[in-house]
Amino acid sequence: MTVLIVIACYLLLLLSLGVLSARFAKQTTSDFFLAGRSIGPFLLFMSLFGTTMTAFALVGSSGEAYERGIGVYGLMASASGIIHSAVFFLVGMKLWVFGKKYGYTTQIQYFRDRFESDSIGLVLFPVLVLLVLPYLLIGLLASGASIFALTKGALPGVFAAGAVPPWLGTLVICCVVVTYIFYGGIRGAAWANAFQTCVFIILGIVAFYMISDALGGAAKATQMVLAHKPDLLARSAHISKFEFATYMLIPLSVGMFPHLFQHWLTAKSAKSFRLSIIAHPVFIMLVWVPCVLIGVWASSAMIDGTLVVPDHSRANQVLTILIRKLLDSPVLTGLLGAGILAAIMSSLDSQFLCLGTIFTNDIVLHYADESKISNVQKVWIARGFIIAIVAVTYVISLFKPVRVFPLAVWCFTGFSSLFPLVFASIYWKRTTKVGAIASVVTAIGMWLFFLSKANWGAKSSFLLPEILPFISASSESMNITIMPVLPIIICSTLALIIGSLMSSPPSEKTVAKFFK
Amino acid sequence: MKKKIIWGAVILLAILHKDFWWWDDTTIVFDFLPIGLAYHAGISICASILWALAVVYAWPDDLEAEAEGE
Repeated sequence: MTVLIVIACYLLLLLSLGVLSARFAKQTTSDFFLAGRSIGPFLLFMSLFGTTMTAFALVGSSGEAYERGIGVYGLMASASGIIHSAVFFLVGMKLWVFGKKYGYTTQIQYFRDRFESDSIGLVLFPVLVLLVLPYLLIGLLASGASIFALTKGALPGVFAAGAVPPWLGTLVICCVVVTYIFYGGIRGAAWANAFQTCVFIILGIVAFYMISDALGGAAKATQMVLAHKPDLLARSAHISKFEFATYMLIPLSVGMFPHLFQHWLTAKSAKSFRLSIIAHPVFIMLVWVPCVLIGVWASSAMIDGTLVVPDHSRANQVLTILIRKLLDSPVLTGLLGAGILAAIMSSLDSQFLCLGTIFTNDIVLHYADESKISNVQKVWIARGFIIAIVAVTYVISLFKPVRVFPLAVWCFTGFSSLFPLVFASIYWKRTTKVGAIASVVTAIGMWLFFLSKANWGAKSSFLLPEILPFISASSESMNITIMPVLPIIICSTLALIIGSLMSSPPSEKTVAKFFK
Repeated sequence: MKKKIIWGAVILLAILHKDFWWWDDTTIVFDFLPIGLAYHAGISICASILWALAVVYAWPDDLEAEAEGE
């Protein structure tokens, strides 16, 4: 019961923060969607970092490391340290310039202007919503699973297993996040992100220390893995070299995340980006190294000869099972649970808000007579769409749960496949709307094709003969594992280049507007 | 020239990220850290140092003026 009370207190504290941030907000769309472009370096960094570190980072990484070992860190964390900062530097700051100069609020506004095309918006809107949905889904799935695992035995006789069922835990998290973004908009999300990022980093380090201590120290915990599952301490048994190499394309997804675009535009100045660019890799390390180690330790952790995490446990629940079983303090367990929820909610808020923002700006205001809609009405339109999206995602989350990590990788694959579009729009004058639309259609078509072949997210990599049917599956030298992101990016880039070269170049006015 | 060196170093770091030489190695360093994980934690630290150098030596100074439409 104490665990439940601690988590409830944390959620109430978060709600108070949302209400407090609203006192600093003006009832304008600029403030609700972009915090009046006033966010400084610290808050920008916390927002960007908190938004990119999702359920995937804590629950997903530990669960995946439990099954595939230490290679998970190199697959995502160290690669993201290089790629994310590069994208902030090369793409984020340029888009901030365009956003400030021409008053954009969403990606679609920029692309419509850059490609002199209304239709690019109609193509991109459903694609962006479709790709954000699995991202929201992993947050909801992980929050429900975490609350369930943490509260086992807290409510005997009330629910099965005496735990808050995932449907209820997820519903509560949805309500909390929606409430604080209703009050504070992007400013509320930025404040909550900063607070929650501090919470999950500090509590993550505390969890690492406490778990390693309960296992007899970090050295002993690693020795147990060395004795029982040494394959998890290297990479050869679980990750192929080619899969490892092609994974490096996945972090390019940050270049097309609509919620990150919105956070970029909140920056007060280009200098606000500096802290994010520099600190992002080290902060990823601070979160991921403990999580990966905890996941690996969980595979072999024993107390009195019994495995702490039973074999074949759900990967999504590994972290919470360890916390609940190893720490003898319900208060601490509740606090660490709050830390996990903090990581999840710090992404959900921005994702919910960005969907409301793009619907309001790119569909409603773009096609309606804007002069007839007041600022307050615009904000309520965004809120209405947020509720609709939350409801749809919540219902989907009630179906059979899938593993967080592969689902997240699919979501990132989709966004990475659109990266050639944003990069070319900034650095290649000759990019045209035909090339842009061809690239988006190719990317999403191939993404859906591979996703269906992967049984809708059940796995995230393929053997080469599964992708190129003309290669014989019996040819061992060609039987290598590959991430679908590689063929999709190659094809979407080719479609962009061919489509652009075969169509009329953009007008001189547009070229002058976006290229000095 | 400084910018080219910085971007060259970023590419080099991306290549060094592919540490196939530790692929089967289960050596433990600092008593608890598998070498494959320790190496990649080092890659993360190097990335931060490199991006700090990029901010100092490859920063596009004209961004603020461009945003103001100057």
